[in-house]
Amino acid sequence: MTICLGIEGTAHTIGVGIIKSDKGRCQVLSNVIKGYHPEKGGIHPREAANHHATYVADVLSDSIKKAGVVFSAVDLISFSQGPGLGPCLRTVATAARALSLKLKKPLLGVNHCVAHLEIGRGTIPECIDPVLLYVSGANTQVIGFAEGKYRVFGETLDIGLGNCLDKFGRSLDLEFPAGPKIEELAKKSKTYVKLPYSIKGMDIAFSGLLTAAMQEKKQGTSVEDICFSIQETAFAALTEVTERAMAHTEKKEVLLGGGVACNMRLRSMVETMAKARGARFFVPSRNLCVDNGAMIAWLGLLMYESGIRMTIEDSMINQRFRTDMVQVAWR
Amino acid sequence: MNPNKILYLGAEAEIKTSVYLGLSAVEKRRIRKSYRIPEIDHMLISARTKEESKLIMEARIQGVAVPIIYDVDVENGIITMEYIDGHRIKDIIHRLTEKERKRICEKIGDGIARLHNNDIIHGDITTSNMILVDDTIYFIDFGLGCKDSEIEAKGVDLHVLMEAFSSTHSLYPQCFDYVLDGYKKRFQGDADVICKKIEEIVRRGRYRT
Repeated sequence: MTICLGIEGTAHTIGVGIIKSDKGRCQVLSNVIKGYHPEKGGIHPREAANHHATYVADVLSDSIKKAGVVFSAVDLISFSQGPGLGPCLRTVATAARALSLKLKKPLLGVNHCVAHLEIGRGTIPECIDPVLLYVSGANTQVIGFAEGKYRVFGETLDIGLGNCLDKFGRSLDLEFPAGPKIEELAKKSKTYVKLPYSIKGMDIAFSGLLTAAMQEKKQGTSVEDICFSIQETAFAALTEVTERAMAHTEKKEVLLGGGVACNMRLRSMVETMAKARGARFFVPSRNLCVDNGAMIAWLGLLMYESGIRMTIEDSMINQRFRTDMVQVAWR
Repeated sequence: MNPNKILYLGAEAEIKTSVYLGLSAVEKRRIRKSYRIPEIDHMLISARTKEESKLIMEARIQGVAVPIIYDVDVENGIITMEYIDGHRIKDIIHRLTEKERKRICEKIGDGIARLHNNDIIHGDITTSNMILVDDTIYFIDFGLGCKDSEIEAKGVDLHVLMEAFSSTHSLYPQCFDYVLDGYKKRFQGDADVICKKIEEIVRRGRYRT
């Protein structure tokens, strides 16, 4: 078992990645990503699923071409089984099942959140046992390996941070995803407007922050100041929760993952925190941070090699597939 | 006692020994974080210092043994309080006889119920945060505490201790039941509702082991 093809499709991205195992390390042969951009508003699950259905074949053949392999060389098909939007997950699962049956190759559904962590461990040699701060549109979790499972030490109690940024961005008529533009606007300000900082134990909440930011905008506060303040408040809270999880688990590594991990201010805050604790800081390359097929392929391969198998009947998707439901047999 | 000895260094604060007007004391100082802007840093440190010292004082008024607050420096995030010279429950629980363990655990439950009767949520009730002096149990570290009248908050508060017993003291699974016995006797609301809530919290996916 050396080559695995993974299909990602939990939300707005359809991605096909092909990876190879090289002495326990992940070698990415290709990683093609295509994003659905709503004309207005946020992700419409059905529209996103239609997008994936339209482009999955193209992305698939593109990925095969870029990897320089033939279909028959693929040993395993894996796909994102959850968590995510039902219609998107079903579309991708269908594609993966069809491919598996056609090629007569085994099929494995994997957990999207765990894939974000494993791709960091698989592609960064010094990254052995990190606490992962995973921040994307829908997900915001602090994950670490403890007592045989990936456990969630802290997570959002309401919306993911990306979702919060997107919603605020929409009120400014920014294009989806709004994160990168908010980052640009934030750079133009140094004026902090007080916004709610919400940490409950190890968990975190962003809906109050979003409401307060919208209020500020209505009251005419400068958009740059609000963007600066949203970033400073939300990222400080994320960094604090991550540090607590590191202290609690006594781990000396921190890994970033998810689309929001592309934000340079978040990176610098987590890195500063890590340095102060004498811990190491890692972030995968951009196309492995965002939703992508390569991470799905790599986790599939790890699972398969540890002896995990899945029949077509067991491959049903799970919109609420929790990180701590995954049986970790490969560590 | 050697002043300025660091007793504990956490993610958020450091605890060191000190002397206040000739009395043995401890200083809890919240650490400035260079990753966040000074405005947020200052706001968090002063608000949390204020909140924690208020909770400790309120707990004392309600008859729960807690350190006496000597001084609060909100500006620099320092609480100076009584040094509690005793043994952490964590370190002595295995040395007790079953009968004594039962008695101590019931006293713990009594203390938690007194807090909860006044909507004080400790936020981190573990066996490391309780100190036995003679026959009194002191509750320390209200750093994650808050005021909350919700059943959910009280259930979560007790659930933290339940987890501590099952992970750190798995040899004594009955301890938490003793705690609940003591809790039920003192709690003024319907303790069964709280117990049901704890069961519900256990059933939630994220807490299942």
